[in-house]
Amino acid sequence: MRRRRDSSYNGIPRWVMAVAAVGALLVLLPLAAMLGRVNWAQFIPLVSSESSLTALGLSLRTAAASTVLCVLFGVPLALVLARGDFPGQRLLRSFVLLPLVLPPVVGGIALLYAFGRQGLLGQSLEIAGLQIAFTTTAVVLAQTFVALPFLVVSLEGALRSAGSRYEAVAATLGARPTTVLRRVTLPLVLPGLASGAVLSFARSLGEFGATLTFAGSLQGVTRTLPLEIYLQRETDADAAVALSLLLVIVAVVVVGLSYRGPAPAGSGGRTARPGTAGNHGRVAA
Amino acid sequence: MRPGLGPRLRPGLRAGAALAVGAVAAGLAGCAAPAGDAGDAGKTVTVFAAASLKAPFTALAEQFEAANPGTTVTLSFAGSSDLATQISQGAPADVFASADANTMARLGGAGLVEGPPRDFASNVLTIAVPPGNPASVASFADLARPSVRTVVCAAQVPCGAAAKVVEQDTGVTLKPVSEESSVTDVLGKVISGEADAGLVYVTDVKAARDRVQEVPFPESAQAVNTYPIAAVRTGKHTELAATFIEAVLGPDGQQLLRGAGFGTP
Repeated sequence: MRRRRDSSYNGIPRWVMAVAAVGALLVLLPLAAMLGRVNWAQFIPLVSSESSLTALGLSLRTAAASTVLCVLFGVPLALVLARGDFPGQRLLRSFVLLPLVLPPVVGGIALLYAFGRQGLLGQSLEIAGLQIAFTTTAVVLAQTFVALPFLVVSLEGALRSAGSRYEAVAATLGARPTTVLRRVTLPLVLPGLASGAVLSFARSLGEFGATLTFAGSLQGVTRTLPLEIYLQRETDADAAVALSLLLVIVAVVVVGLSYRGPAPAGSGGRTARPGTAGNHGRVAA
Repeated sequence: MRPGLGPRLRPGLRAGAALAVGAVAAGLAGCAAPAGDAGDAGKTVTVFAAASLKAPFTALAEQFEAANPGTTVTLSFAGSSDLATQISQGAPADVFASADANTMARLGGAGLVEGPPRDFASNVLTIAVPPGNPASVASFADLARPSVRTVVCAAQVPCGAAAKVVEQDTGVTLKPVSEESSVTDVLGKVISGEADAGLVYVTDVKAARDRVQEVPFPESAQAVNTYPIAAVRTGKHTELAATFIEAVLGPDGQQLLRGAGFGTP
């Protein structure tokens, strides 16, 4: 009972463990039940059918594109939110994080009113010859919309726990803000950025509601793997289960990657990460 | 790990936790209630009906409750396929009204249907266009014009299967911009103006009122969708289920269905 004296305290009350076990079961049991329903004899033909492979390919391509957009827009956003000091900052954060809690279908409706044919920007885009609805662009937009907060949250957390001491030193040595950002800040938070990017990718991969509402569903154009599963479920439960398992495997691999040690720190070059910076990365989202 | 959020959350944590526990408890209690009604036999009939039946069945349930004092009709609307899956997984349904014969046959094949299903309504496809008909769609063949953005149901769902039949009969091959997994999604794309035209059911157009315009086409008669209804074998209120089915097939039920745009079976 005197465990408190140990240098690293890890006494967990038994009842906490029991509740934790129930919590874990809540997640694991349905997945295990699904695994029990997989028609193994037909698994390979089911997941390698033309429509399945097309959907998987489209999902991987669009999720990759969305992740690039998330990094492109999410890094500046996270910097502004973590380091900036301006009125309305808290409000901006709330709005940027909104897609985390918004039902995706609401996101889809909002996107429709912005980029749809009758939407805010849609008419101007149409005149410019750009059509977004029912195209792969719409899928990428929907995925970016829902995945962006994951990157912003991860990176903002990394930025805050990293502090700004090194940047301050760099600045006193005459480095301009862009140089500080490039040679000090970004290398420091690279692991946080990497895990944020992986989470964004995973979220994009699973996107369903906003895509269905905003982009439609056409093989090879807008029908990503989750939409294909939703459709197959109507007639072929075996195919739906097989594809679900495929998506689970991809998701497990992707999420597993984000928690596998710090990302390669090569790109930092000579600036190298200060060794004492500690465990600034590994932001759990 | 989210320094920006952590401190702000903490003061409310205790209250939040209490609230969460309360909500879960209330939720569980709520879930338990319908099962507990089993002792109240003969008073409640649970009807699982295709989403397109929402308006007429809701009205019919009210009439039924008025005509049979002390009874309650619990309605659950969703896609026929979803409902059939729920029933085969043990959902407590007494009556199942499907939007297509195949789904009913699937449930019958699983031994979950009591007696032969009875057809009570029919529905045909029609073309829905946004108000003003921006793409000037006048016929089924117009839907194949490259400039017309047409949305249809995927072939896996009943409305898509019906569309395929019409395509084969007319020799017109559609090049849809999207194949949705439910007819409501097709209608949604037309209402929002994203699509120039959509193939939906007559009843959908009627329910959407002035948000869409209808362009009827004679070839739709090639693909009539019939709605069967049956009692569920695992249902607990067999007698009341039979009474409800009679009400659907009876003059009042049929009149409500006609009013919603359904045809005779």
